Amino acid sequence: MSASINTSTAVYLVANTTRKTHKIPVYIGILILLFLVCIAAFAPLFNRFDAISQNLDRVREAPSLEHWLGTDHLGRDQWARLAAALRVSLGSALIAVLVAACIGCGLGVLAAWRGGGAERAISAFADATMALPGLLLVLLVASLSPGAYALLYLGVALSMWVEYFRVVRAMSHRVLSGSPVEAARLLGFGPLYIVRRYLLPELLPVIGTLMCFGVSAAVLAVAALGFVGVGLQPPAAELGVMLIELMPYYEEAPWLLAAPSACLLLLLIALVLLAGEKDPR
Amino acid sequence: MQLHPPARIGLHPFAQIGLHRLWQALLVALVVGTLTFFLLRLLPGDMAFRIAASRYGYDLVSAAAAESVRAELGLDRPMFLALLSWWRDLMQLNLGNSLVSGEPVLHELAHELGNTLQLAGVALLLSAVIGVPLGMLAGSRPGGVIDRVTLALAVLLRALPPFVLGLVLIVVFAVQVSVLPAAGHGAPSHIVLPALTLALPLAALSCRVARDAMVSVGQSAYFAFALTKGLSQRQALLRHGLRNVGVPVVAYLGVQMVVLVEGVVIVETLFAWPGIGHALVHAIFGRDVPMIQGTALAMGLLFVLFNALIDVACHTIDPRRKATS
Repeated sequence: MSASINTSTAVYLVANTTRKTHKIPVYIGILILLFLVCIAAFAPLFNRFDAISQNLDRVREAPSLEHWLGTDHLGRDQWARLAAALRVSLGSALIAVLVAACIGCGLGVLAAWRGGGAERAISAFADATMALPGLLLVLLVASLSPGAYALLYLGVALSMWVEYFRVVRAMSHRVLSGSPVEAARLLGFGPLYIVRRYLLPELLPVIGTLMCFGVSAAVLAVAALGFVGVGLQPPAAELGVMLIELMPYYEEAPWLLAAPSACLLLLLIALVLLAGEKDPR
Repeated sequence: MQLHPPARIGLHPFAQIGLHRLWQALLVALVVGTLTFFLLRLLPGDMAFRIAASRYGYDLVSAAAAESVRAELGLDRPMFLALLSWWRDLMQLNLGNSLVSGEPVLHELAHELGNTLQLAGVALLLSAVIGVPLGMLAGSRPGGVIDRVTLALAVLLRALPPFVLGLVLIVVFAVQVSVLPAAGHGAPSHIVLPALTLALPLAALSCRVARDAMVSVGQSAYFAFALTKGLSQRQALLRHGLRNVGVPVVAYLGVQMVVLVEGVVIVETLFAWPGIGHALVHAIFGRDVPMIQGTALAMGLLFVLFNALIDVACHTIDPRRKATS
């Protein structure tokens, strides 16, 4: 989903929320996130079921000691599927955000460093990316080759790199035109040294905050695509796919639908709380 | 905000808005056109046979039919030339026929566009009716009960993904209480749940923006003066408060447009609302490239148009604003 917009609204909400209460929301966010990461990482160790084996004799069972969250409409263990879905969500979001941050920062520094035609060309590319709402771009890129998940993550990354680019370019302009960098250049230090010693220390904290918002936007995008059926495909365990699969059974087995919904909600709230410390703009 | 921004080229502000958004619309067409061109090229197998099969059915595909498709779409030309002619067709709004239904894409779009605009319009109206008064109420007594409750609700609603919110609304209103239909199209009651799903997250932000604007209006000197000179609270609010609250609310609507356009894709799919977003998802399922191009183009241009309208609205409410940001 368009990261920039989700970011700006989230920043708006949280910046005004956390101004007085300071650290507590961040700690709550960290706690929830740790809890979810633990489920994703350690659930398979305590579970003898996997996410895709079916058992058609035992469908839509209520939670029990054997199946902690019950079984879904094909007799698959819901707890194992939830853990797998969390791994997919967190993993894909991390990949997408890392790629977006690398592209955005690289092009941002390049644009600020070279200026002139290079900067104009990259900015025009950024404008073209932002002309479409993020989800639309992801849909188009992902539809280039259905079933190729790498392209899906690349599409999500492509819809998010511009905000890194804009922030990094603006900050780089400021840092690169400052007297410390001028002095370093006069002393004969190369570009790599200047980027490492002068640019990165300024950029990293801001990029970190942006990435926190980015992760929540990416989680939401992947789930939304799975939900409308053009993201990950069944039998993959993914939060959006699980939601749409289990929707027909909400009356006979509401716990099945509740688990992925609650999981997604917790994940998004945790990320918003975590990132809410400071407003990068 | 600058009070007297220098006019950039001496153009009328509306012309500046128009130029800026026209450039954006051009970019939309370029991005959508190029992506769908490669989409067509990347169809697996011999493209001409694939497209012929989807047009005439698998039993009726012959080499002759494939050749005619190849000639019609220019599939045998070098890629660069083909891309140029693809762009030319796009600029002439020659979007071709749907590969699935065979109808002209423009014809199908015209039908769906009306449905989407209806849904988006009702959603925007609902969000304004729900969000702004609540926000002003909260802002007139900052720190009060309404303020805290709306804050908690706003954070929750923003974190809730649109499809989960839609599911909750369906389960509550269509199944448990059975007062509203879950899906469908035709009767006026069908629009309530999808529009509400779109409107609530928008209302959440509008509410907070209106609340903050209301707080700053309440603390301002001109508001105190309006009360001092003898206007009642209500008169002062209507004459001096409303317009100043309106500026940030409308400005933030521009930020929210992305939420609305993206929400349309998901909400229409969830509620089977026969609009552009629904058509886009179906076209992607069916690998119906002309329809993908048409629907994506329509949604992108709609996005640009909404933004242009908001620019104009912002400028009308507060002419001091810089025309293009």
